[in-house]
Amino acid sequence: MIEIKNIHKIFNAGKANQVNAVNGISLDVTAGEFVVIVGANGSGKTTLLDMIAGSVLPNSGRIEIEGQNVTKLPDYRRSQWIARVFQNPMSGTASDLSILDNFRLAAIRTRPKGLTIGINETFKNQVKEKIATLGMGLENKIEQPMGTLSGGQRQALTLLMSVMDSCKVLLLDEPTAALDPRSAQLVMRTADELIKDYKLTAILITHNLKDAFNYGNRIILMGEGLIIKDLDAQRKAGLKQNDLFDWFN
Amino acid sequence: MDFYLGALLQGLCYSAIALGIYISMKIFNIPDITTDGSYTLGGVVTAILLTHHQPTYIILPAVIIAGAVAGALTGIIHTKLKINALLAGILVMTALYSVNLVLMGTSNLPLINVQSLFTLVHIAADANHNTFWILIFFVVILTLLIGYLLKTDFGIAMRATGNSESMIRSLGVNTDRMKIIGLALANALTAVSGYLISQLQGFTDISMGIGIVILGLGSVIIAETLISWLRITSVWLSLLLVLAGAIVFQMVLAITLDIGVDANLLKLVTAVFVLLIVSLPRITFKAK
Repeated sequence: MIEIKNIHKIFNAGKANQVNAVNGISLDVTAGEFVVIVGANGSGKTTLLDMIAGSVLPNSGRIEIEGQNVTKLPDYRRSQWIARVFQNPMSGTASDLSILDNFRLAAIRTRPKGLTIGINETFKNQVKEKIATLGMGLENKIEQPMGTLSGGQRQALTLLMSVMDSCKVLLLDEPTAALDPRSAQLVMRTADELIKDYKLTAILITHNLKDAFNYGNRIILMGEGLIIKDLDAQRKAGLKQNDLFDWFN
Repeated sequence: MDFYLGALLQGLCYSAIALGIYISMKIFNIPDITTDGSYTLGGVVTAILLTHHQPTYIILPAVIIAGAVAGALTGIIHTKLKINALLAGILVMTALYSVNLVLMGTSNLPLINVQSLFTLVHIAADANHNTFWILIFFVVILTLLIGYLLKTDFGIAMRATGNSESMIRSLGVNTDRMKIIGLALANALTAVSGYLISQLQGFTDISMGIGIVILGLGSVIIAETLISWLRITSVWLSLLLVLAGAIVFQMVLAITLDIGVDANLLKLVTAVFVLLIVSLPRITFKAK
C-alpha cells in the first residue's frame, strides 16, 4: 500500500538551527496493516507521517501509494487515499462550521467541491446515523458549530469523518494526546473498530505505550530519524508490555 | 428627509463592499487592503466605459473582472510568494493608484449626460425613489448569489479554508487556489460598490477609495457584534446583518453631519465609531 524508499528530510539546511529530522527511512506498509510508531520526542515520527500525508515534502527519496509515485504530490492531492487525524482536535475539524458542514466536506474528500448544494435530508440522516454509532448523543446536535464540542468529541467525529468517503490509509498523529483518559480510550477504540470494519491501512503515532501494546499488528521504534526496531504481527504478539518500557530506557 | 434617503442609497451602494469584506475578513481571515484600490478601479472602469458610450450591459461584467483581477493579484502575491496578506494588499493598492490615474487620464471624471444604471430603468417617478428600487433589486440579487455560493460544497470549503487550513487541505482542497478565488471574489464585489457609487454621485474621483476599507470593516464589525451576541449560525441571517451594517454605518455618519459636526471630522468620527463597536462587547464583558 505504502512504499517508502530512503527518504531524508532536513529542516533549515545549512543554518545554525539545522534539524536532520528523517535520515534515510525505507518502509513498506502492506494493505490492511495497522502500524504503531513509538519513539522519543524529536525522533522524526511526525515528520515521517507528514511526508506520507504530503504536508511536508522530502529532500530526497521516493514515496509510493498503491504503486503510484506521490513523492512530489501536495497533501490536498493525496487525500484521494489518505485521511488524517491530528494531535490537536482543532486541526482536524473547522470550529466555526457546523458538524453537518464538516461532515459534508469529509464526504467529498476525494471529489471536487462543486457549486451545488450537497446537504439535503438524505445526507443529514446519513450523518445522524453515522454519529449515533458513537453513542455520544451528538446525532441531535448536527447543526451546532464544531467549536462547541469537547476535544474528545471532536477527535471521535474526525475519525468518523475519515470514513465518510472512500479511504485507504488512515494516519493518526497522537490522536489522544490532548484528551482525558476516558475520552482517549473511547477514541482509540473507535479508531480500532473503524480500521477493522473498513479494512484500512493505518499508521498510529503514540506516546502511550499501553495503546502501542494493545493496538496494531506491527510496531516500529524510531530514534534520531531512523527506524531502530520493526516488529511484525507475530513478534509484536510475543512482546510484553514491559519490553516496550525497556525500549525507552 | 432627503438627506437620510441619500445616506440610505449610499449604504445600499456600499453593501457590495461590505459583502466583499465579509468574505475576505470573516471567511478567509485576511485583512485585505486591496479594497481601497479595487473600489476606485470599479469606479474608473465604469466612468471610462460610460463616457465612451459603451453598451450598459458590458460595464458591470467589465467592473467585476477588473476587481477580480486586482484581488487575484493580491492572492497570488500572498500565497505564491508567501508575502504577508496585509503587505500584499498594500502593494496592489498602491500600484492600482497609478493604474487608475493612467486609465482615467485625469483625477476626476464627471458622468454628466450619460445613460447610467439609474436612468436606464424607470420604476418610480421620483429620481431618488427610482434609484432606491434599482439598488434594492441589485442588492437582493447579490445577496442571493453570495448566500447560495456559501451554501454550496464549494462555499463550505471556502468557509473551512479560513477556519482550519490543515483540515481542509487533508480533505483535498488546494488552499492557495481557494484564497486567490476568495480575494478575487471579495474585490469583484468591492469594485461593484465603486461602480454603483460612481453612478450615484455622478463622477469618479481618483481619491474616492481612500480609507474605504474602514467602511466595509465597520459594516462587518457591526454585523459580527450582533452575530456573536445573538449566537447566529445561519448564513442568510449573517449576510442580512452585514447589509444592515453597511446601512447603519451610513446612517450614523448622516446623523453626525445632521447634528452639525464639522464634515472635516468625518473620518475621525468613523474611526471612533468603529473603535466603539469593536470595544463595546469587551467593555460590557469586563463589567460583569
